[in-house]
Amino acid sequence: MTIEQQLGRLRRPAPPAVQPTVELGTGLVPGFSVYEAPVGEVAVVFTPRGVRSVRLVEELDPQAIEAKPPRAWGDRIRRALEEGRPGNLPLDLEGVTPFRRKVLDQAATIPKGEVRSYGWLASHVGKPGASRAVGSAMATNPVPLIIPCHRVVRSDGRIGAYSLGGPENKWKLLRYEGADPERLEELAAAGVRFVGSDTTGIFCVPSCRHARRITPEHRLTLGSLDDARRAGLRPCQICEPVG
Amino acid sequence: MDELCRRLAADLDAAFPDLVDALASDVYSGLRRLAGADEAQDLTQETFIRAYRALSQYEAERIRSLRLRGWVWTIALNLGRNHARDRARRPTPVELEDRFGVEDPEPADEAAWDRRLRSLPPIQRRAVVLRHVVGLGYDEIAEATGRPVATVRSDVHRGLERLRTALEGES
Repeated sequence: MTIEQQLGRLRRPAPPAVQPTVELGTGLVPGFSVYEAPVGEVAVVFTPRGVRSVRLVEELDPQAIEAKPPRAWGDRIRRALEEGRPGNLPLDLEGVTPFRRKVLDQAATIPKGEVRSYGWLASHVGKPGASRAVGSAMATNPVPLIIPCHRVVRSDGRIGAYSLGGPENKWKLLRYEGADPERLEELAAAGVRFVGSDTTGIFCVPSCRHARRITPEHRLTLGSLDDARRAGLRPCQICEPVG
Repeated sequence: MDELCRRLAADLDAAFPDLVDALASDVYSGLRRLAGADEAQDLTQETFIRAYRALSQYEAERIRSLRLRGWVWTIALNLGRNHARDRARRPTPVELEDRFGVEDPEPADEAAWDRRLRSLPPIQRRAVVLRHVVGLGYDEIAEATGRPVATVRSDVHRGLERLRTALEGES
């Protein structure tokens, strides 16, 4: 055999891990990793650019490859899941329209353990009356838990629907965060939209942490913004209640 | 390869896995000889990730006119060089020499061939590996290394001469 032939026999097939590693590293195929959350195990799907979606494990995109997220992210995924907001975790939300992105970013500002309505969200993205559009932005939220759409409730105050495995998971999450969904549902059923204080002269959405400090004897329950206005109350600057 | 270029230009994401499939063993085989078995897989992966990033910045026309194998090797050789520089800045374990000597000069005996290849001047070694292990044409090696075709031809020729002398010395 010639030297040339012998050198030719040094050729080796690439290890099988090369193709999937390249597809992950370029973002052509998403990676996923499984995390424990209050709703059970969830799969967090990501590309090198950021987290792309959060899914129940059984609803995972079959194309995704199990992988470790980029080391540079540290424990940001775990923290985002625990806090229910992205923090400094990068998101890869390509394909989400600018309006929906704005709604998602606004939803991410709702504090843990509190809820806001679709109407509140619509007003705060500058589209009062667009509750339905806001509702579909929540229903198609690619990153539930991280963008806390479980903290967005119906405009009448009822807990409402949830995309990640149905409404019982929304209740579970709110209970886990200490938001007391049973009480919120009762208030909604009684037509209470806001609560106010006759000592501070301020009114809030019922789950606002300031509303929860009002003692029963000074507590005013309100069915509408007009009720609040008639009672001479001004809106809380923290929860910014709107119709 | 021209057909692949056309498909990459038309739909990079759809065609890119085929580029990896077509060239991964080329790149891996060459890097295994040039950078070592431990690093070859990592460097192969990095080569394609960088190739993808570069292609996603290129105009379709530029992608269509690429000579793919030579171009991918430009990236691979660059990485290999940087890698060697990194290695130079940190302690590395002494490579295990082939303890079985040269009793069995079979082509499958990678360690023996690596030792012979390592005894070549780096430019000849690179040219010999790209020509005869990877199977690149002289023009592709010229593109990947930035050396004129005639010079590449003589790099390969002189490398082979040295290997022949080394083999004769062993027998």
